[in-house]
Amino acid sequence: MILRIEQDHHRFKQIIRGKIKQDLRKYISRGELIGRRGKDLISIPLPQISIPHFVHGTRQAGGVGQGDGEPGTILGAAEPENGSGQAGDAPGRHILEVEISLDELAEMLGEELELPRIQPRGKKNIVSEKARYRGIAHSGPEGLRHFRRTYKEMLKRSIANGTYRRSSPGPFIINEDKRYRTWRTTVLPETTAAVIYMMDVSGSMGEEQKEIVRIESFWIDTWLRHHYRGLEIRYVIHDAEAREVDQETFYHTRESGGTVISSAYRLALDITRTDYPPGEWNVYCFHFSDGDNWSQGDTQECVRLLREDLLPGANLFCYGQVESPYGTGQFLVDLKEAFADEERVALSKIENKDAIQQSIREFLGRGR
Amino acid sequence: MSLPPLLAGLQEEIEGHALSYGLDFFRVIFEVLDYRKINHVAAYGGFPTRYPHWRWGMDYEQLQKGYTFGLQRIYEMVINNDPCYAYLLECNADVDQKIVMAHVYAHCDFFKNNAWFSHTNRKMMDEMANHATRVRRYMDRHGVDKVEDFIDTCLSLENLTDPHSLFIVRERPARAREEETRPAVRRLKSKEYMRDYINPPDYIAREEKRLREDAEKRKAFPEEPVRDVLRFLIEHSPLENWQRDILSIVREEAYYFAPQAQTKIMNEGWATYWHSKIMTEKCLTDAEVVDYADHHSGTVAAHPGRLNPYKLGVELFRDIEDRWNRGRFGKEYEECENLAERTAWDRNPGLGREKIFEARRFCNDVTFIDNYLTEEFCRRHKMFVYDFNPKTGLYQITSRSFREVKQKLLFQLTNRGLPFVEVADGNYRNKGELLLRHRYEGVPLRQDYARDTLRNVQKIWHRPVSLATVVEDKPRIISFTGESFEETDVGDQVA
Repeated sequence: MILRIEQDHHRFKQIIRGKIKQDLRKYISRGELIGRRGKDLISIPLPQISIPHFVHGTRQAGGVGQGDGEPGTILGAAEPENGSGQAGDAPGRHILEVEISLDELAEMLGEELELPRIQPRGKKNIVSEKARYRGIAHSGPEGLRHFRRTYKEMLKRSIANGTYRRSSPGPFIINEDKRYRTWRTTVLPETTAAVIYMMDVSGSMGEEQKEIVRIESFWIDTWLRHHYRGLEIRYVIHDAEAREVDQETFYHTRESGGTVISSAYRLALDITRTDYPPGEWNVYCFHFSDGDNWSQGDTQECVRLLREDLLPGANLFCYGQVESPYGTGQFLVDLKEAFADEERVALSKIENKDAIQQSIREFLGRGR
Repeated sequence: MSLPPLLAGLQEEIEGHALSYGLDFFRVIFEVLDYRKINHVAAYGGFPTRYPHWRWGMDYEQLQKGYTFGLQRIYEMVINNDPCYAYLLECNADVDQKIVMAHVYAHCDFFKNNAWFSHTNRKMMDEMANHATRVRRYMDRHGVDKVEDFIDTCLSLENLTDPHSLFIVRERPARAREEETRPAVRRLKSKEYMRDYINPPDYIAREEKRLREDAEKRKAFPEEPVRDVLRFLIEHSPLENWQRDILSIVREEAYYFAPQAQTKIMNEGWATYWHSKIMTEKCLTDAEVVDYADHHSGTVAAHPGRLNPYKLGVELFRDIEDRWNRGRFGKEYEECENLAERTAWDRNPGLGREKIFEARRFCNDVTFIDNYLTEEFCRRHKMFVYDFNPKTGLYQITSRSFREVKQKLLFQLTNRGLPFVEVADGNYRNKGELLLRHRYEGVPLRQDYARDTLRNVQKIWHRPVSLATVVEDKPRIISFTGESFEETDVGDQVA
């Protein structure tokens, strides 16, 4: 049941996020609740909106209290009137902000970037069946007889018709007393998705470029996880040849050497073919590189691989070109030429961290 | 939903005890709710339905977060209605439920018998639901944003009420006024030749002028300053019907809740007094004593530097009971200056119980403190006055003198601690503008809020509005024309 308050709550949150009623924004104060988690103090953000009233200026007001102390005893610092925070004087209190849930984050991301919700592909969703014992019936196999219920029924019946004897309560079970467990099957549509991240780790990709990839892939993960219940993520790195790695290695490897992009695409293709048949999975491929491929011939090979093998099985193929001082950036131009009106290909140029937002919008703005 | 048998049994038991002590209440209906529902109801101020508004959502979030992180939970909630509805939190231990029930019966007795509640609507449960329906209908018709914005505007003014107006007639009906004949200047009887001497012409002229001016003044609109600003706005602002209705809904609800704010200390004190009495004298089992003591002390805990209304209230009621039981009141006692005699004073009239019932019937927090806060009490409970020290930016204790403590406390409680703002002129500058006056009592208004509130008054009045107040010890008039603010210095004649 959705409580009425949920609607009010939703509206309040929208105001806090600045989605509606901007004129209330100036009355928002960032309050907090101080809680405890284990030994640590934590701060639970508690935004409040105070509607203006005619009130006394608080600082001048003072008040009445109770307790020890002489005139002149200090009770505490005043709360800053306009939220102009200053350094506290209480030492050694580490306050941790409680992070908001990833789901909430995804929702905010979606709202902020105006991303459309993802439409999982066609009727390829897996439908899973789940059986659960959740009922009682008058008939059924003896193996599922519910002894306690049956016994209770017997007691009820015998008390009702007066044959109950305290000294020997039974069991005198007749067929009408018998109760059986029954099960119900529920059909759960289940959409599953796989993400394959590919990254160029050739010598020209520096720390800054990887940082960009990290941030961007975090947001992509968050968004996709929000839409799919099971999300599998695979990581591929490549220089002159490609290999599959774990997340840690993916983000932290730096190699030197040439760049043969087709090697990565070929590996991605292998992964999808073996593990994610397109009939059952929504496959997303993201490739980040500085766009400096080894040879034009390899680029042709990449285009062919994409068009003929990778794209038919994927929801979306995204290529993000991270600007680097060494690359020529030719690869993006080539892809643009080859896939000018292909819906399933999203291309983006990420010049610096500020461009990440725009790039996410380009990648995920298609609602696929 | 009926109560589980265990709780129903407890209710019957505690109701019996409450009745035997002489408490007198509406029928009480308890509902057991889980924490989510109880937070839901609490966010709505104790009612199952309210009109849609984001601020309930804000309160709800606070309650939910407080509960989820184990910082706070609601033990009891009771609403002033006939029958009285009270809520129990499902996961509370039985001893807590007992405390809550005893507490609730006392609250309910207070609602029913305290004079300040006598004008509240006892069918508020239904009324609130009606308000919700009306507001929803307006939202369907005029759009959620438009209606909600207007509610925001009204809520900004919701404290501009006059709870005392329910008990006294502030203005005489128009007819009575008209019947008054206009008085002429009285002339003393005199011989013709003495006339100018006995009734000097310049004096007569002066008097005539004064009477004329008086009559002129009487045409002022409103004739007397109006404290119930909301009512004045409802009656005289150019509003659409739905807006007028919403403003009156906000006003009605404000008046419904006003006595609860006016009697916070008494109400909680009374309930705490009785739950402790009923629990400790009647229905506590041996196994429950420790839990009870723990929770009761939590309720009346005095945080350093803060005043707990539960604590102050219950201690005052106990003090009154003790004083009237021992006869420590009246001229003879007051004038006794022998400390030893005073300390040992016990005439044993046994009037304590009777006296606290009297106080609960007639007092609100202001008169309660005014009548019953004594110097001994103040000293015994270590009360002090604190103030903000602008030099250090800290709050400091300034005094422990009884006179100052009492004065500060009364000042904070008067008009629920809010500034007095009244309608001074509904035809200001003879241009149909509105002039509000802040009755300055030594504490200035919070300026940014005052301006924003003024902006909201203008949204309702439509014509320019002004506020006469005092800024930095100088009388000032702040005006808002609808587009911009202007602040003018005024001489003493206006403020």
